Amino acid sequence: MPAVSKGDGMRGLAVFISDIRNCKSKEAEIKRINKELANIRSKFKGDKALDGYSKKKYVCKLLFIFLLGHDIDFGHMEAVNLLSSNKYTEKQIGYLFISVLVNSNSELIRLINNAIKNDLSSRNPTFMCLALHCIANVGSREMAEAFAGEIPRILVAGDTMDSVKQSAALCLLRLYKTSPDLVLMGEWTSRVVHLLNDQHMGVVTAAISLITCLSQKNPDEFKTCVSLAVSRLSRIVSSASTDLQDYTYYFVPAPWLSCKLLRLLQCYPPPEDGAVKGRLVECLETILNKAQEPPKSKKVQHSNAKNAILFEAISLIIHYDSEPNLLVRACNQLGQFLQHRETNLRYLALESMCTLASSEFSHEAVKTHIETVINALKTERDVSVRQRAADLLYAMCDRSNAKQIVAEMLSYLETADYSIREEMVLKVAILAEKYAVDYSWYVDTILNLIRIAGDYVSEEVWYRVIQIVINRDDVQGYAAKTVFEALQAPACHENMVKVGGYILGEFGNLIAGDPRSSPLVQFNLLHSKFHLCSVPTRALLLSAYIKFINLFPETKSTIQEVLRSDSQIRNSDVELQQRAVEYLKLSSIASTDVLATVLEEMPPFPERESSILAKLKKKKGPGAVSVNELEEGKREGGELNGGGERGGDSSSTPSPSADLLGLRAGPPVTAAAPSAGSLLVDVFSEAGVNDDVPFLAVPACLFVCKNNGVLFENQLLQIGIKSEYRQNLGRMYLFYGNKTSVQFVTFTTTLNVQAKPVEPLIEGGAQVQQVINIECLTDFSDAPLLNIKFRYGGALQNLTLKLPVTINKFFQPTEMASHDFFQRWKQLSLPQQEAQKIFKANHAMDTEVLKAKLLGLGMALLENVDPNPENFVCAGVIQTKAQQVGSLLRLEPNAQAQMYRLTVRSSKDTVSKRLCELLAEQF
Amino acid sequence: MIKAILIFNNHGKPRLSKFYEHYTEDTEQQIIRETFHLVSKRDENVCNFLEGGLLIGGSENKLIYRHYATLYFVFCVDSSESELGILDLIQVFVETLDKCFENVCELDLIFHMDKVHNILAEMVMGGMVLETNMSEIITQAEAHNKMEKSEAGIAGAPARAVSAVKNMNLPEMPKNINIGDISIKVPNLPSFK
Repeated sequence: MPAVSKGDGMRGLAVFISDIRNCKSKEAEIKRINKELANIRSKFKGDKALDGYSKKKYVCKLLFIFLLGHDIDFGHMEAVNLLSSNKYTEKQIGYLFISVLVNSNSELIRLINNAIKNDLSSRNPTFMCLALHCIANVGSREMAEAFAGEIPRILVAGDTMDSVKQSAALCLLRLYKTSPDLVLMGEWTSRVVHLLNDQHMGVVTAAISLITCLSQKNPDEFKTCVSLAVSRLSRIVSSASTDLQDYTYYFVPAPWLSCKLLRLLQCYPPPEDGAVKGRLVECLETILNKAQEPPKSKKVQHSNAKNAILFEAISLIIHYDSEPNLLVRACNQLGQFLQHRETNLRYLALESMCTLASSEFSHEAVKTHIETVINALKTERDVSVRQRAADLLYAMCDRSNAKQIVAEMLSYLETADYSIREEMVLKVAILAEKYAVDYSWYVDTILNLIRIAGDYVSEEVWYRVIQIVINRDDVQGYAAKTVFEALQAPACHENMVKVGGYILGEFGNLIAGDPRSSPLVQFNLLHSKFHLCSVPTRALLLSAYIKFINLFPETKSTIQEVLRSDSQIRNSDVELQQRAVEYLKLSSIASTDVLATVLEEMPPFPERESSILAKLKKKKGPGAVSVNELEEGKREGGELNGGGERGGDSSSTPSPSADLLGLRAGPPVTAAAPSAGSLLVDVFSEAGVNDDVPFLAVPACLFVCKNNGVLFENQLLQIGIKSEYRQNLGRMYLFYGNKTSVQFVTFTTTLNVQAKPVEPLIEGGAQVQQVINIECLTDFSDAPLLNIKFRYGGALQNLTLKLPVTINKFFQPTEMASHDFFQRWKQLSLPQQEAQKIFKANHAMDTEVLKAKLLGLGMALLENVDPNPENFVCAGVIQTKAQQVGSLLRLEPNAQAQMYRLTVRSSKDTVSKRLCELLAEQF
Repeated sequence: MIKAILIFNNHGKPRLSKFYEHYTEDTEQQIIRETFHLVSKRDENVCNFLEGGLLIGGSENKLIYRHYATLYFVFCVDSSESELGILDLIQVFVETLDKCFENVCELDLIFHMDKVHNILAEMVMGGMVLETNMSEIITQAEAHNKMEKSEAGIAGAPARAVSAVKNMNLPEMPKNINIGDISIKVPNLPSFK
């Protein structure tokens, strides 16, 4: 028998609906609706009591009108009156009206609450269910206040009917979600957990949603649910398909409940109890095995239900991330699904693999599917699936496959759906930067990106490419050449013009030697785009032009002509006009020197985390190192972290420059020393000096926080040092100065690191330079030794010095917010990861000096992180060839006691220890 | 959690909307339109999941839908639900409707909106699934129906008499009602037994 017989339809309703549908225009429809609303209103207001049938009919009409999108501003009172009726029909229609039309702010809530209270205590299960439904649907705070105490009691009472229990569980869940503070844990909580054992599967289904939510917020209180859930799951999984009767869905026993049980288990770590864990692993294996069995039905519902459980099981395996055997099986299963003919399964497999790719056990296994995933990106008909494929490619990308993946994403971008282009562009930009091995590839990639999807390239992306080109001189020429070529396309995107204008303005000189890209050709090319561009781009181009005047004096007259033209100098845009006037004036009155100074090449940007990453933060955690690898050692001084001067090519320096000496601030000069300022000492004073004892050997510890200075000095020889570090590479310039007027012959240095041989001869009063390239392979605590031998006036001189290379030189500063800092601090909580020292201050406790020293250390000094402003915290990553070691530091000065407490935490115990030792001598 | 359950036809006319989070009436209508726009442009035989529209929370939420002849059944859910599980739930809902109405069609949903709401309430409550067992749901619906009839037996007699007389005068009543583009029967529901 059908539950609803069709004969008893409401004729008035049918007529009304068909009237509405016959309306030819929106106006007619509104007219008809208003007529009906007036009719219902008068019926409600009328003296004659309406019978149940009419009330129901009118409420149904109102619901229909509401569904069409019209406001209903009356009838609420009538609906509330229906609630107190004793008839099911009237009560039910009243509750229906309220659950659809009354929002949680309504003033009627108090009246409704009264009716609900009566129904809850009626002991009539149908009425109780109606009332519970109403609470769950409205879920307002007033309702939570009124019923949060009552519902748990109904839920766990022994005599409550199953159907009421189900409703009570979900009603309580709703109240807990809207007003968690009003739902108090208590004696009922333990009994709720035991509902997992209930005979009635419907009760378990409802209860498990409640338990999952509660245990996410109070994991400890609900811990016992793990073993109960495992045993329930095990009973379902091992049951025959007919055991659970009505809860068997297309031959799959209780699929919905199984999924929910597996979700609940994902709230907890793997069970500690061996027996429980064994049982669970057995369940998971059974689920994986069942996937390989032939299907019991050809119906799609059967495979859907089976796979729903399978995907949840795989999620649980990935969540545990501890059973390599299961992880591999999960990965293989997903691999099978990647090629399944069901689109839904391909979609879900791509999605699950994304999470699998971040597990260290399975990252490699996921990578083996790269061809399939790329194919999916190319051939899937459904954009949702292609988007998942793009996500997965992003997740599985690492150094080994970056070029391939970026190339595929770029080619996909040409045809990609508009809805996902911007996200794709960000992903390509991030991957290109993160895994750039050579920067010409990076430049190519980003320029391609602008060419293909210029509209979707946000400012962050093109700012970033300029930052990187400015900071890396090895790629500047290539970048200039590439943008020049790109600009030759007849239609090129405005973002390309911006990048082109900026780069040619800075580095156009690098390609000006080629007659095909002579200064004038470059200028004409840029200027041909000028009129098609927006105001900000034109402003940028004007700046590029004035830079051209500095780079190429021969273009001066042409450019002045352009600036002088009415369209520039009288431009209606204030910014453009101002630039034109100022640049014109500047170019005509300033001397070449002044121009060169004003229009000097841009200084390098401070290294910081890529701003593009912030845009994609939801996908990736913070702290990704912006530039990972540098192969070449050709680094100029200006690119050093915190480095000041640029292009300090010291090889041509004939003698130690003044600042080399000036930097030597720390060491106390003994009274016997000659004036430290003079390089050359009196020849006669050497007599009687014991040459083996340096009277000015600077302790290596002074170089922990600085890179330049005098390493050694005695009456014969002065050794100056200048060094620069970048990631795990370093370069050190040693300057050997002969303070005498006599030659040093057979001058040799030997070192346990690779070094270019030094000139064997140092003339009196002269200086030779030696360059040492350093690569940090792994962390270390002993500095390399430098042995120097030479003959001076027939006597063999022998010196052994420690090179001031310490582990902190390979720091890459990491900026992070307070929250991130403390999160990481907590992550490094193993006792051996921390090193701590409490020591007396050796120098004055001046904040600025301390800051300078900490900055010199190479870490990022983080402001506003420590709640105590007196304290200093720093963060950095030590780059070694073998690994990166993240380190965090906290220095707490105590001015009264003249003491410091220094705490270092890093992911490697030896590093923490060494850093602590090094630093303790500094303050 | 299920955020919303929407049923609309191929032209975007809403046939049922049930929101389990509070939105203004205006937003609700916009969400229905946006969802229709997202779902209706998709081909048949593509996958049944897509990211939610901006109004309902963007990529935090998923739309899981099935298309039966003239009607789209769309469930908007957050990440805590199993996609395939929800797909099965839609199937259970439709099969239940089919059993309750004997070959359900779009008209049944229009003229018996209250019944559809009641059936849905037996399955989903406050955005969480209450019951997945079809025979249990049908039993409950039948029990309610019986109660309604017995009450109508006492108090509803006059009204039923009136409606019976009217129906006698209009033997071809359904034909008189111009229902425009509503195609009456859901032809060959592909997923039904």
